[in-house]
Amino acid sequence: MLKCDFHYQHADFILNVELQMQQQLLGIVGASGSGKSTLLKNIVGLLQPQQGWIQFNNRILLDTQRQIHVPMHQRKIALIFQNALLFPHMNVQQNLSYAEKLVSKPERKFHFADIVDLLELKSLIQRKAHQLSGGEAQRVSIGRALLSSPNLLLLDEPLTGLDNKLKQQILPFLKRMKQELNLPMIYVTHHLQELEYLQADIVQLNQGQLQNK
Amino acid sequence: MLSPEELSALYLSAKVALFATVFSLPFAVALGWYLARYEFRLKFLVEALLQLPMVLPPVVLGYLLLVLFGNQGFIGQYLNALGIQLAFNWKGAVLASMIVAFPLMVQPVRLSFQLMNQQLDQIAGSLGAAPWKVFWSINLPLAIPGIVMGSILCFSRSLGEFGATITFVGNIPDETRTIPIAIYSFLQQPNGEDTAMRLVALSLVLAFSALIANYFILQKYQRKLGA
Repeated sequence: MLKCDFHYQHADFILNVELQMQQQLLGIVGASGSGKSTLLKNIVGLLQPQQGWIQFNNRILLDTQRQIHVPMHQRKIALIFQNALLFPHMNVQQNLSYAEKLVSKPERKFHFADIVDLLELKSLIQRKAHQLSGGEAQRVSIGRALLSSPNLLLLDEPLTGLDNKLKQQILPFLKRMKQELNLPMIYVTHHLQELEYLQADIVQLNQGQLQNK
Repeated sequence: MLSPEELSALYLSAKVALFATVFSLPFAVALGWYLARYEFRLKFLVEALLQLPMVLPPVVLGYLLLVLFGNQGFIGQYLNALGIQLAFNWKGAVLASMIVAFPLMVQPVRLSFQLMNQQLDQIAGSLGAAPWKVFWSINLPLAIPGIVMGSILCFSRSLGEFGATITFVGNIPDETRTIPIAIYSFLQQPNGEDTAMRLVALSLVLAFSALIANYFILQKYQRKLGA
């Protein structure tokens, strides 16, 4: 599972993280500006800590002392952003296949059809990104991330920007993912209710420091 | 109907413009990408050099090309030894067109890369796409409107190129006499005005068609992207 101990600084903001993730769904709650997205970006490899290490399933992804830095595309960690960005020149099927084709057949964890069923995407499959509602686009982006067969899925406030009705539509999908897929996930949000609904183990991020809740 | 001389000028212009566009394209995409995505110390110098052909008198450019690529020029003498002759040759007209039209091609390409949402790169990277794969599968297809626009501008500008071309490669029928040079030649001849006027009309039709094609291609692509 995920273990990390690192220090990241940008201008005045300091993030000190010491984390051992053992559970399948870890929820991180924190106010805006507490460093939630920064934490995920460090784990996925978009940002690089000045000092420390990150390890997943005994594989070292980053170690500043030994100058090890596994590039983002080799980490097998998928990140879902707040705004569900799909590749605009592809339809839903192509967006999903894009991720699937990046993984060799023997390494694929999920079947295309299963993910389409799980997230109820069948009726959307020929639509272009701009023809989807926010909630539909977010479901596709989750499906696309799953089809990249990650070892760890990071969700960065995936329901932000959606109205309550859409949130209530997507949360059950996330719960099904937790129940049906054996995939470790970190879910970051500033809405505690979402994490409670998903029955996640919750830690709090406060001004760049993780605290047990 | 067009006379053999007019047809030759038309064929030569189209050939020169097409080669200039095709050869410029990879350089324009590479430079457009680099300028859009990277900051470096001497960027201001690259920017100034890139824009230079737009502000220099075309005759000056032609003369510089002659000094560099003429048969006895700094570079030309070595190319000559390899059997490559650019001065007073249609290939030289391609080089002159490439240099004059290059800034017009780079700018739309660069803007396309610059305006692209860079989070798409991050998403593709986190899905497992290597940087080269992200470039080919995400960045390049999304830059197509800029690439098409740049190519059409380059093609149209090459069709109209006169000053640098006549200085570097001269005015040789069937070799370097493109439409603008042919218009100039006919205007110098007694009773050549009618032919010159037909070529002017032809130039207008070609340039206008290229810009209309540009409009429809962009419309089609924007519909595809839902923009």
